[in-house]
Amino acid sequence: MIRPQLLLGVLALGALVACGERPQDLAENGNARSAPAYQGTGVASFTAPSWKAGDEKSWAQELRTRGERGQNDYARIGAR
Amino acid sequence: MARMKFICDAERCIECNGCVTACKNENEVPWGVNRRRVVTLNDGVPGEKSISVACMHCSDAPCMAVCPVNCFYRTDEGVVLHDKDVCIGCGYCSYACPFGAPQFPAKGQFGARGKMDKCTFCAGGPEKHGSQAEFEKYGRNRLAEGKLPACAEMCSTKALLAGDGDMVADIFRQRVITRGKGAEVWGWGTAYGTNAKPEGAKS
Repeated sequence: MIRPQLLLGVLALGALVACGERPQDLAENGNARSAPAYQGTGVASFTAPSWKAGDEKSWAQELRTRGERGQNDYARIGAR
Repeated sequence: MARMKFICDAERCIECNGCVTACKNENEVPWGVNRRRVVTLNDGVPGEKSISVACMHCSDAPCMAVCPVNCFYRTDEGVVLHDKDVCIGCGYCSYACPFGAPQFPAKGQFGARGKMDKCTFCAGGPEKHGSQAEFEKYGRNRLAEGKLPACAEMCSTKALLAGDGDMVADIFRQRVITRGKGAEVWGWGTAYGTNAKPEGAKS
């Protein structure tokens, strides 16, 4: 024989759970943050050749070299 | 760890819209959405200045602060991205953004407004790097390919600089010192804080 107080308690707990709000931030809703960029895409044909996927230092150096050579006119032509 | 930033050198920008075209082509951005655009101040007046504007990937992003569903996140490289599976297209971010970066396609989920689309610094989204799903939702992930954003790499006058904050600030500083003028970097203080101005810059 289930006591009425216990039954009432279980029902109240169930009602409270139903009112709960599920987490909505990226980490908790299953949409984990993307992997760091230095992990690479795994698509060799589109990847810049002078760095190794997974190596953060070589990735950073590749971007620095690319930025300096591509964007810094003074470094590129050696002018002042 | 590199902290990715944009600078637009108004002394060099010639309003060619090459950056806009490069972005739309690289990311196959739909009609009605311009992740990047060129704004001209005092258009037609001698001495007019043009700047290329997109998401600046702010250090303390207002879009992230106002989003009711918390769809924004910051990558380890300092790039502000969002999850389109979480976005509800409410438009709060577009009101909060000082650069007008959030765009809303005319067609798609949620009727007329659709899910928000913005510059990703060519860093894709939360999907697997280089995957078809990532490309379809967010465009190319050049950063994970070891490349800088297409807009900056295509800029014909190198007005638009992108990359690690230290590097782009060094390049800009060298230009300002060499030419002796044009130290204004519009948007830099708004996006990255007034304490983070490149050396030699006024604003």
